[in-house]
Parts: sequence; C-alpha cells; structure tokens
Amino acid sequence: MEHSYFFITMIYLAAAVVFIPIAKKLGLGSVLGYLLAGVVIGPSLMGFIGSEGQDLMHFAEFGVVMMLFLIGIELEPALLWNLRAPILGLGGLQVLLTTAAVAGLALLLGQPLNAALALGMILSLSSTAIVLQSLKEKGQLSSAAGQSAFSVLLFQDIAVIPMLAVFPLLAGSSQGSDHSESSLRDNLPAWGQTLVVLGAVVVIVVAGRYLLRPLLRIIAATRVRELFTAFSLLLVVSISVLMSLVGLSPALGAFLGGVVLANSEYRHELESDIEPFKGLLLGLFFMAVGASIDFRLILSMPWVILGLVVGLMALKALILLGLGKIFKISIEQNLLFAMALSQVGEFAFVLLSFSNQNNILPQATVSILTAVVAISMALTPLLLLAYEKLVQPRFSVQSPDNTREADEIQEKHPIIIAGFGRFGNIVGRFLRVNGVKATILDLDSDRVDALHNLGVKVYYGDAARRDMLESAGAADAKVIIVAMDTVEQTLEVVRVVRKHFPHLQMLVKAENIPDTFELMDLGVLHIYRETLDTSLRMGADALQMLGIRAYHAYRNAGTFRKQDEKAMKGLSAIRDDKKLYINTVKERIEELEKLMSGERTTRFNPSGLGWDEQSLIDEARQEEE
Amino acid sequence: MSRILILFAHPAFEKSRVHSQLLATIHGMQGVTVHDLYETYPDLNIDVRQEQGLLLQHDIILFQHPFYWYSAPAIIKQWQDLVLEHGWAYGRSGTALRGKRITNVISAGTKEEAYQADGWHQYPLADFLLPFRQTATLCNMQYLDPFVVYGTHQMDNTAISEHAISYKQFLENLRDR
Repeated sequence: MEHSYFFITMIYLAAAVVFIPIAKKLGLGSVLGYLLAGVVIGPSLMGFIGSEGQDLMHFAEFGVVMMLFLIGIELEPALLWNLRAPILGLGGLQVLLTTAAVAGLALLLGQPLNAALALGMILSLSSTAIVLQSLKEKGQLSSAAGQSAFSVLLFQDIAVIPMLAVFPLLAGSSQGSDHSESSLRDNLPAWGQTLVVLGAVVVIVVAGRYLLRPLLRIIAATRVRELFTAFSLLLVVSISVLMSLVGLSPALGAFLGGVVLANSEYRHELESDIEPFKGLLLGLFFMAVGASIDFRLILSMPWVILGLVVGLMALKALILLGLGKIFKISIEQNLLFAMALSQVGEFAFVLLSFSNQNNILPQATVSILTAVVAISMALTPLLLLAYEKLVQPRFSVQSPDNTREADEIQEKHPIIIAGFGRFGNIVGRFLRVNGVKATILDLDSDRVDALHNLGVKVYYGDAARRDMLESAGAADAKVIIVAMDTVEQTLEVVRVVRKHFPHLQMLVKAENIPDTFELMDLGVLHIYRETLDTSLRMGADALQMLGIRAYHAYRNAGTFRKQDEKAMKGLSAIRDDKKLYINTVKERIEELEKLMSGERTTRFNPSGLGWDEQSLIDEARQEEE
Repeated sequence: MSRILILFAHPAFEKSRVHSQLLATIHGMQGVTVHDLYETYPDLNIDVRQEQGLLLQHDIILFQHPFYWYSAPAIIKQWQDLVLEHGWAYGRSGTALRGKRITNVISAGTKEEAYQADGWHQYPLADFLLPFRQTATLCNMQYLDPFVVYGTHQMDNTAISEHAISYKQFLENLRDR
C-alpha cells in the first residue's frame, strides 16, 4: 500500500508522542522510546512504514549533524584544546585496536583479508547519536566517562574520512572508485586534495569568526523571529553541503562551525533555534534504526546473531576498559565509558552498504551485520539503564565526577548574580555601590551587549549549567542571587545549585505566589516576591496621602510583609486543597485586619500596644478615685 | 527676633491628645519651624546634611516629645547620634552650634508631685534631662529650662488647651526676647 506523505508523518509523530512519555515514565530514556516506537511501527510488527526506512535514515542523519553543531557550540575552544590528549590518544587507540581485533577474528573465521579489514573498521565505530543523547539525558556528559566517550566519538568522526578513502582500495583494482558521492577533490592530486580540505576548514573558521557576527546582528535586527531560525538552519545546512563537497564528514564540519561560534553572543539563540529540529530529526533517526531491524532474519538464525551481538559488544567493551585503565579513569567511570561505547554506530549502515557496492562484503553478511548493528544500538540505552540501576549504586561514595578543568575566567567574586534583568540589575547596582563586586551571568545577548557598552561586565551564559556556574567561581563563592527572567529558568538554576553547590546561600526572586510555593518545595529559604515590597511601599504612601502618619504606615507595611511571608509557609502545605486554601486565605486576611487595628489575634504575634496609653490612663484614674 | 526650630517626635501622634493641641495652637507662628521627625523619617534613616542645615538656620532648638521611660522617643536619640557629628557639633573644630540655645518640651503622664524625692519617680524631672543638658554643653550650646506639661493622664481637654496657650506664650517669649 502506498502511504501518503502526510500519513507517514502522522505515524511517526504519533509513535513519538505515544512512546516517549511511556518510555520516560518507565525510566527508559527517550532514545530507547524512539527505538521501540520504530520497532512497533516498522515492517516487522505493524508495518505502517517499510521501504522508505532507509531513505528516511539518510535524511534523519542530519539530526546527528545538528547535534554535533550544538555540542560544538556548547564547547569552548579552550576546552577542546584541553581534550586533545584523550581525542588523539584514547580515540586513536580505540579505533586502531578495535579494528585490529575485529579484523583478526574475522580472518580466523575465514574471511578474506580485505573483508576482514573492512569489517574491523566498520565495527570499530560507535554511535554518536545514541551515546551522546543518552549520556546527556542522564547528565553524564560532563563526567569523566562522558568526556572520554565524547573524545573517542569525535576521533571516530574524523576517522571516517580516511576509512571512506581506503574502502575503494580494499575492493581491489577491479572495482575502482565507483562510489556514488562525488566530491570536488576526486580528480585532484594528493596535495590538491589536502589543500581543498584545509581550505574548507579555513572557510568555516574565518567565516564563523568575522562574517557571521555582523550577519547575525543584521538578522537579529529585523526582529522577524523565524528569519533567525531560517538562518540557523541555513548555517548548518551550508556547512554540511560544503563538507560533503570536499568529502569531509558533515557532522565534523558542523561540530567545527559550532566550536567557532561558541564564543559568540548569539550562541544561545542559535542553540535554542536548532535544538527542536535536532531533537525531532534524531528521534526520526532512532525510529528509523528501530524500524530497520529485520526480525525475520533474526528469527531465522537467532543464535548466530545473538552470539555476534554479545561477542562484538564484549570485545569492544573490553578494549575500552583496557584503554580507560591506561588513561586512569576511575573504575566506576570506566565501566560507564566501556558500556556506553560498546555498540556499533550508525555510520556502519553507510559503510556496510558502501562495502556491498564495492563487492567487499557479500549481501548475506551485510544483512546479518545490519541486524547486529541495529540490535547493538538498541541495547545501548538498556545497558546504560542497567549501569545506572545496578552498577552505579555500588559506587555510591562518588568522588566529584569531574576531571574537567574549569574554564578560563577573568574574575571570581563571593557573589554570583544569575540573571541581570530589571531585578538582578538593581541588586547588582546596589552591591556595586557598596563595593561588593559580583560575577554576573545573563542569557539575553542584547542586554549583555548593551551593558558592555555601559562598561558593566556581564557574562553571557546559562546559569542553569553546572560548568557555567563552575567557571563563574561557584565553588568558592558564598552567595548566589537568582533573578532569572522566567520561573522555569529560576527553578532550573535552583536545582543545579542545590545539587552541585549546596554550600551556596541562595537568594531567589519569585514572581508570584505559585512560584513561591515551588521554591519552598525545593527548600529555598530566602525567597523574594518581586512585587511584595514595592506594593507595600506604594500602599504605605497611599495611606499617608489619606492623612495617616508615615511612621504608622511604615510599621504596618513591615508587619504586613512579615505576616504575609509567614502565612505563605502555612498556605504552602494546603495549597492543593482548593476549598481549604480559599477558606484559610480569607481567615488570614481577617486576622491580619484585626492585627493592624490593634486587636489581639491568636494566629499572629501581636505587634504590641504601640505607644497606646489607655491602660496607663485608666490605672491613673482609678488611683485618683 | 530669634528663629525657633521644633524637632517634634511622637511615634503615635495619631493617638496624641496633648501634643496635637500644642501643635495646633502654635501652628503658623512666625519664626517657628515645626519639623516632624517621625513623619519625615518613618524608616529612621535621617538625612544628616539636611538636619544640620536646618540647625544652622535657627537660633533656638526645642525637642518636643512625650516623656518615655525618663527620656525621649527613639528617633530623638537616633537624630542626636547622627546629626551631632564630631568636628561639626563638638570637638576641637566643632563649633557650628556655638551660642545657640536648646531645651525640651515635654508631656509627662504623671503629676509634678510624682517627680520628687518621696514621689513615685524619686527624682525631679530635670534630673532625668541630664544627658540633654550635658549634650548641649558639649556642643557649645546653652541649655534652657524645659517646658513641661505634667499629669496628662488625668488631664481634660480644657486643661490641655490652657497648657497649649501657655506653650504659645513660652515660644513668643523665647522668640522675641
């Protein structure tokens, strides 16, 4: 049955919407959810989608490109430079050793040399998409294992380039280079090819440095929201096209482009524009992987395939474990590292079909291996889940899982201000005139620019990111003022601070009463409703204009504020019971009225007689009589 | 003609019977400035330069207040602590107030008899004003006899208005002498 374009779109989106929440609820993570969704709607089970799976996968691979762009943009060049040893050492050794080991085994099993070598190279790769997405979801990307895995994956992405070049040679003279993707450098001599590749890299770096910023400024100035999104996409797509043109991996180019833009003030806008596309395309990609698992083939030779999967993953994991040991990764992190990278990556699909075209591998082998690769990918989230549930608890006394050096930062102060909008701005100015310098983080690039022009040093960055806080000196600071623009951001920052910097005193701005409740639930002690003090000041002034003494109004405003904040704590506990809540609020208002008028109440502390002499006068008069 | 500055301090003026009458009676007197401290500084954050400027523009300074715990309400102490700066009001170069006259205008709840050796308070009221007197001396000022309204707890409104009239005369004497 030929399905319409819209029907297929509907199936994919519906599958995602149905399966991801279930997977999340079960604690399986979104990657596994997508894979399962793919299996269910794929040809093996419900058959909603079929032949287009392969094409779709090529399209969805663009999600991987976007992911690497985003990873690049979150990565500072200095950090990348710090990672050069693990990238070259760890990554290089992993690819070499795994290729050698797999090729050796294949030779032993009777494969010819060229096929064995091809297999070795294909199977040495791991899945960037699955590993990074899963680690990110588990918050492990910045851990030692996460950083090592990232380094290895980055090297693998680079290694794909020479692999593609070597494959035609493995095919022997008969086949030559008949691969479909033609690139600019095909007809060039070796030095020319090198020049073209270098040229492309230089173009990305120079354009990223000097051309993009003014361009982004012009586009941002149009204030047409979707234009920025269009430009962000155009950016990533053109990098991919350029890279494909010179025969480099688009993912690698996108990563490079991201790193170049990592220091730009527009990085967060770019990030937030590309993020949803990346998420959807990656989801599509995972579903395509799930759909491509050929269950008939697996059922026809279950033990062979199971053996291959287990053997292959064990072999890869062992090599990784050994390397991790050499590179002094702690045993707990090393296990995570090995398990995370033990699958075979999505690039294997490309290389397998490529080697089939080049007659290096027969169709039967390719089919079996395709299934093996897909299963190993599908198993990865399960392995990580097992690690999280079974292995990690045994190492519960966890040392701080960070081997990463703190970012280069110019200043460290005892106070960090997260969010320099209307609210944080005033706090910051007040601190500044009191001679207290603060490290200021803000997320709005326009504002950061404007403040720069005023000579105020504001760092552009997301305070909800642990590494950002770290480089802002959170480890040594005493106080953090959280005054983000939105409640979501505020809660995010509070959670991160609570988790990673529990020693920091948090002063948190809240917009309204529900926010206050949420912050109370998170255990925040110092909550400042942004309108409370100003409103009361206004109220006190209004009273004064009606002829009420300033001092009386001032004191009552203070009393009101105190009692209101106190009442808030009691109300927080019963807020879910609508009726009780409303009744209690009414009760509190009445009590507060009594309190203000000087009557005694049971709930609130009486404010005292307040210079009332009546009792004194009464007593004096009684004595007189 | 001397210019008189009344530094008025009553934290609950809205409940006051005596001072509201006193102030109403002297309202608009020429050469008399009434400066309501609690109304101006409800947060007790006193503007020192402003206050010093006011002092310089006047010859006679009166603290007008109810007698609380043998002294003045808190804002008077705050005012003294902040405004009477060393090097300005006292000390080697502190001569800004030299030659000015100062005293208190007080309402006391109990009658004058209570302010005696054998009375409830055991000392004459003037004894309790020793810190004010010595402060004036240190600031090169002359401390005058205070104007005191005794027995306000049992005082009816007619009696209060009589006191208010004599307060007005007290001020006129100070101003014109």
